[in-house]
Amino acid sequence: MLNNQLTKRSFLIKGMHCASCVRILEETFKKIEGVSDANVNLATEKATVTYNPNKAGDREFSSAVASVGYEAILNQGEAIEDEEKKEKLREIRKLRNKVSLSLIIGTFLVWGSFPALIETAPLILKNFWIQLLLATPVQFWAGFEFYRATIPALKHRTANMDTLVTIGTTVAYFYSAFVTVFPQVVKNIGVEPAPYFDVATIIIGLILLGRYFEAKAKAGTSEAIKKLIGLQAKTARVLRKGKEVDIPIEQVVIGDVIRVRPGEKIPVDGEILEGDSSVDESMVTGESIPSDKTKGDTVIGSTINKTGTFVYKATKVGQETMLSQIIKLVEEAQGSKAPIQRLADLVSSYFVPIVIILAIITFALWYILGPTPSFLFAMLNTVAVLIIACPCAMGLATPTAIMVGTGRGAENGILIKDAKSLETAHKIDTVIFDKTGTLTKGKPEVTDIVSTSQVKGFGPARSVLQLAASLEKGSEHSLAEAIVKKSEEQNMKLEKVSQFKAIPGFGVRGTIERQNILLGNRKLMEKENISIKGQEDKVEALENGGKTVMILAVNKELKGLIAVADTLKETASEGVKALYKRGIEVVMITGDNQRTASAIAQKVGIKRVLSEVLPEDKEKEVRNIQKEGKTVAMVGDGINDAPALAASDVGIAIGSGTDVAIEAADITLVNKDLRSVAKAIELSKKTMRTIKLNLFWAFGYNISLIPVAMGALYPFFGILLNPIFASLAMATSSISVVLNSLLLKRTNFD
Amino acid sequence: MGIDKTIVAFASLIGALFTFWFFLMKKDKVIKVTEDSIDITIDGGYSPEVIEVSKGKKTKINFLRKDPSGCLEEVVLPDFNIRKFLPLNQKVTVEINPKEKGEFKFSCGMNMFHGKIIVGG
Repeated sequence: MLNNQLTKRSFLIKGMHCASCVRILEETFKKIEGVSDANVNLATEKATVTYNPNKAGDREFSSAVASVGYEAILNQGEAIEDEEKKEKLREIRKLRNKVSLSLIIGTFLVWGSFPALIETAPLILKNFWIQLLLATPVQFWAGFEFYRATIPALKHRTANMDTLVTIGTTVAYFYSAFVTVFPQVVKNIGVEPAPYFDVATIIIGLILLGRYFEAKAKAGTSEAIKKLIGLQAKTARVLRKGKEVDIPIEQVVIGDVIRVRPGEKIPVDGEILEGDSSVDESMVTGESIPSDKTKGDTVIGSTINKTGTFVYKATKVGQETMLSQIIKLVEEAQGSKAPIQRLADLVSSYFVPIVIILAIITFALWYILGPTPSFLFAMLNTVAVLIIACPCAMGLATPTAIMVGTGRGAENGILIKDAKSLETAHKIDTVIFDKTGTLTKGKPEVTDIVSTSQVKGFGPARSVLQLAASLEKGSEHSLAEAIVKKSEEQNMKLEKVSQFKAIPGFGVRGTIERQNILLGNRKLMEKENISIKGQEDKVEALENGGKTVMILAVNKELKGLIAVADTLKETASEGVKALYKRGIEVVMITGDNQRTASAIAQKVGIKRVLSEVLPEDKEKEVRNIQKEGKTVAMVGDGINDAPALAASDVGIAIGSGTDVAIEAADITLVNKDLRSVAKAIELSKKTMRTIKLNLFWAFGYNISLIPVAMGALYPFFGILLNPIFASLAMATSSISVVLNSLLLKRTNFD
Repeated sequence: MGIDKTIVAFASLIGALFTFWFFLMKKDKVIKVTEDSIDITIDGGYSPEVIEVSKGKKTKINFLRKDPSGCLEEVVLPDFNIRKFLPLNQKVTVEINPKEKGEFKFSCGMNMFHGKIIVGG
């Protein structure tokens, strides 16, 4: 918002050609009531309009632009998606027509020229001139796209599959045309004049048929992202000047107060100001159970409000919302490259020129060494080599699987940063869980308060808590929060603390009424030479119960104990069990002492524990385990454990709030479900298996069938590959790669 | 060996060498990006094919696909985690902010057509 009245909006304009278009458009915008300024840029094809949103909006802009013959693209992301959909449909329709024509004509031509069938064919089909007439539209109308792609590519001195098809079919077509027009010339050089129009036509038909199925199948690989984009709400009911107005989602600004009624979609991220409800967040986070929301809770845009009505304040809009971040993350992952793809990349950049060279060699060898009619053998085998080569399968093998894999992850609340992370995850053999906030809920509560000696002026138990809470008021540690919360529950008045100091990994210190107070773990007491004699049994008993014990000392004298316990997440045990089931070692890392840590590890079923690890040493511990030759995943909250996450082979962060782009994490679990760690590994394994199978197929296909097409089996078995069968093999090979990737959609990762 | 076979052998050798030279020995023409954006037209390949940008400078690359071939419908810049669908005859802008010097390839979705971004100092 520029001020209370005006807002600014930029969008694309399609159809501009010259400077006069700019002038016309600017004038048109300025004529709209409520528009105070408009600026159109020809180079960027963008219009920037300053206007009063109460008087003008998208509808007015769209119709004004259309009235002067242009098109306003008010939502570029959506427009590109629409365009993509339309283009794909157009392409599929066009391919269907071309395939039908080519295959129908091709069938007649095969009937009229294939040795086994020719006897049954009507005379008209055997006529070379009729065959030429039938084959020509297939060659130059249905096959136009091969020429259309080849000619500009040659200008760039590059070649692709179209180049191979173009050369192959053109050779067959023009040889046949020559035979038709000058049969005598062919006869004179000792070759029986027979055209091969059927070969050229059927090849074009089958390769286009392959493309038709491929286009249909490929649309499925990017379905997940389309689904996510489709979740976005279109409008929001915003309270402005005491009135409720429906405005387009793009116009919602941070701080807007929005009302959501039962059954409605929550438009943007925010914080509830008033009301309670239950919200279904499964579509965004993959969390299947609806979560209850009340005042102060965070709501996620594009999720569905189920039962109550509430009013909330927008805290994140546009590209900052959780859904937008998820879409961006998934898009980025789908644009990244897996290391396994390197070989395929290298091969495909040399592949087509090498196939052309092999085709030339095939021609020369068959012409020079082949049986009579050597020219025909040479030509047909050259065409077979050009047609059988399938570089597309190699190009599609990895990216299609990565796209389906990352999409499947996103649907389940597992966001994978890039293809490299997805690839590394399948090698994980050790998973380290941070305890607080990861295995546990991170909301510890005070369970026991033990007073060991009287603190002047207060009742024994309350005074220990009061001193501890006063001291911890200035700390941000989760244990501190629990102690302060407990004191608040008892309406305690907290004392003023001076010289406060947090000692990470140990505790805190400070001065209250000139008395030196220390609150921390056993290590802190040892460091300060404070004896806990007489209380060891008590401390031990509490720790054996999985509680963290904080010791309070006043002027170096032990005064009391506070035990704090954190609740385990519901999915912790199952998550750990799922990993052990897959043969993965599980480790828990914590700052707690050995006894407390072991007690918690036992509850959750973890056998290996790294206890008393200072926060800054977690990274070192990760590296130590890596030195054992392990591939390590570190699971943490992504904030305190960032260095450890970054040091591990795969950093897995448990999502918190509406932030999904956790910098140090390779994988973010927005569903906050610990069972998803095993799921993510399984997803990676299955995706890698698909990629390997695709690459094996793509490479194996080309490596084995190109020599067959060259005639490698002829000297031994007399086997030659008919170019028609070569085109059939080629068409099925790239579809099979895409279909294999699509199978990932149906795979179960549990 | 007859004269025809000698001619075929010789022509094939020339053809194979020409194919190798034509496709695999081409020199890249580098276009240095001096402003903050550059237009790349796609028609049977990328024009320009090789661009040079500065390290740490945000650069907008405007792709305009004029080639209807399905092979070129997507552009992938793997080092920048970008994969974009390019509607026919419509500019699609991607922004890069290279943090490291080096050569970064981009390609079509099927990895058949290639271009390169050279990040200089």
